[in-house]
Amino acid sequence: MILVIQQLSRQGVAALRLLAVMTVVLGVLYPASVWAVGQAFGGRPDGQLVKVDGRTVGSRLIGQDFSGSTWFHSRPSAGDWDGLASAPSNLGPSNPELLKAIEDRRAAVAAEEGVDPSDVPPDALTTSASGLDPYISPEYARIQVDRVARQNDLSRAVVARLVADHAQGRQLGFLGEPKVDVLDLNLAVRSAVEGAH
Amino acid sequence: MTDTLSGLLTIAALLALLALAYVPLGDHMARVLTSTRHTRLERGIYRVVGVDPDAEMSPRGYVMGVLAFSAVSIALLMAILMGQAALPWDRGLPGMPWDMALNTAVSFVTNTNWQSYAGESTLGFAAQAGGLAVQNFLSAAVGLAVAVAVIRGFTRARSSTIGSFWVDLVRGVLRILLPLALVGAVVLLVLGVVQSFTDTTVQTLAGGTQTVPGGPVASQEVIKQLGTNGGGFFNANSAHPFENPSALSNLFAIFLLLVIPVSLTRTLGTLLGDRRQGYTVLGAMAFLWGTALAVTTWSEAGGHGQSAVAAGSAMEGKETQLGTWASSLFAVSTTGTSTGAVNASHDSMTPLGGGTALVHMMLGEVSPGGVGTGLYGILVVAILAVFVAGLMVGRTPELLGKKIGAREMTYVALYTLVTPALVLVGVGLAVALPSTGDAMGNPGGHGFSEVVYAFTSAANNNGSAFGGLTVTSTFFQLSLAAAMLLGRLVPIVLVLLLAGSLARQRKVPTTAGTLATNTPLFAGLVVGVVVLVSALTYFPTLALGPIAEALS
Repeated sequence: MILVIQQLSRQGVAALRLLAVMTVVLGVLYPASVWAVGQAFGGRPDGQLVKVDGRTVGSRLIGQDFSGSTWFHSRPSAGDWDGLASAPSNLGPSNPELLKAIEDRRAAVAAEEGVDPSDVPPDALTTSASGLDPYISPEYARIQVDRVARQNDLSRAVVARLVADHAQGRQLGFLGEPKVDVLDLNLAVRSAVEGAH
Repeated sequence: MTDTLSGLLTIAALLALLALAYVPLGDHMARVLTSTRHTRLERGIYRVVGVDPDAEMSPRGYVMGVLAFSAVSIALLMAILMGQAALPWDRGLPGMPWDMALNTAVSFVTNTNWQSYAGESTLGFAAQAGGLAVQNFLSAAVGLAVAVAVIRGFTRARSSTIGSFWVDLVRGVLRILLPLALVGAVVLLVLGVVQSFTDTTVQTLAGGTQTVPGGPVASQEVIKQLGTNGGGFFNANSAHPFENPSALSNLFAIFLLLVIPVSLTRTLGTLLGDRRQGYTVLGAMAFLWGTALAVTTWSEAGGHGQSAVAAGSAMEGKETQLGTWASSLFAVSTTGTSTGAVNASHDSMTPLGGGTALVHMMLGEVSPGGVGTGLYGILVVAILAVFVAGLMVGRTPELLGKKIGAREMTYVALYTLVTPALVLVGVGLAVALPSTGDAMGNPGGHGFSEVVYAFTSAANNNGSAFGGLTVTSTFFQLSLAAAMLLGRLVPIVLVLLLAGSLARQRKVPTTAGTLATNTPLFAGLVVGVVVLVSALTYFPTLALGPIAEALS
């Protein structure tokens, strides 16, 4: 037993010294180097912040609350769009609370957008994994066109055009799902409104 | 293009990337871990540390090295987490309470990366980069070191030593993990992962306020995957757009978390001088991974569950741009590698999808397992397989020229039992406590599955969660910390003693009666043993949780 403790403490000194060296290399020099390299990519490593008239209005990668009727809505968020509380709902696949939430959302979206309940796409009915999903499906964007046009006094064709312009296909042609960035789309809507008045 | 074609092409792209890296990385690791030369930088480090790099260690000495290094690492990380307010870039956040700090320190040192805290609201940047990310490197390097020590058990004869822990550790970091991490981090920067030291508060378009978090994410994200750690910078882990901004970064993340465990089978084949042995091990791992992927994807992409049917697709807890296919691929790879990063909510997966994630961990993290841990894990299974085969034909079992005697089988049996014992005792204790019912985030069998998932994840050092379970009570912090610590260190001690026992033996010549272990038949035997052992151990528990839910 004494031998074990002696051995451990001798190794412990070496361990402590190695840990100190590694903390400097891996915990200070390494992240600082990556940060320095990142400076060569402009503002991209800051989170693709979007500026309008010199004011930062958000990140292209972080979803926002667009529940107002003039906006294209984001997906439901389990974290209430709190940038410091990314979270999924963690509701299980047979949890009655989740099943009810889905049915409630289906009815609400169908009523608001004036579409048949069966035409409401899945992403409009479910919360994302991050609670900050910046994207919606092109289908969800399309069923919102009529309302957004009406609420902003824009023609349906103009708004439909904006959706078409902002719909992104699969990355490299095959990776992931088609999507629309909601912040980008709403910025375009706002520009169109400002241009029209 | 249909989702199915897109998903299949994604899997094909992943396999192609892994195939490209397999030989160069596997052989590089073999060279690094057997080289007799030290670089100038390494010599400097050994001098500072005070160790002789050419002095080899006995199995006992190697064990002491791992234990001492783990103890010191836990102590320092706990101090950093509890005292983070004194560090720069603390973001005005207080230190962690002691039980959460202990749980987190154990979690990161054991390569588990179970998280009972939410990164963006709990930790400053210095604690993340200087504490957690450091252990992301070191815990992976410890796994690698133990794996190479075990390989030496097979390649050496009449040897009382199994290498130097310090040398294996330093080389693993400086020649394998750090160079790959630097390259990978730059790729992540290009793909849009964040690397900053400021949070930004913005006025949103709709007139609200939102804090857009910053942080040294890219540098931590890359080693989180590469080292099969899995602890997210943010609470949402790889679902967070700042950790995983696109479908391409998602593919790259899955590649990173698989590449070392997969390529280590090449390292094994190269070091044994029998490449087919490496392919055989890889074949067994790939079969298990592929089966899990097929089942999960069928259930997730097919929408086989009540909520998926209600919503028209299993999109609850998934990101729009990733969808069901890429989320399934990630879930299977993260649970098969002991990574535990998630790009979707496992708690909200379809019953069969979430159940497969759980079962995949219960297989013991060998498909293909964590960095190093997967390799020594499957070698232990291989010993069990030759033992079973030996019983059937009545011969003394041998593996790779070493006799498997009573001593070796004792280590193997204990190794096989320790993790299931931790899981089942932990679950038993938890469900006996009245407070556990309130901690569950879902009613019925699914709530029970959350508890089973937590202890399975902890004891197997995975780190993913059915996140609905509230695990911040002192009971869960301490019991899960114990499961992580014992689930990591007891198997390591056993496997190092096993390596020592094998290294001491002479090599037995191969005869006509020797069971060939580099054939598809043997790969099948290994798969059979993996499945049989887990099924016998866990079936009653699974019947109460995911099986009941899937049938309801």
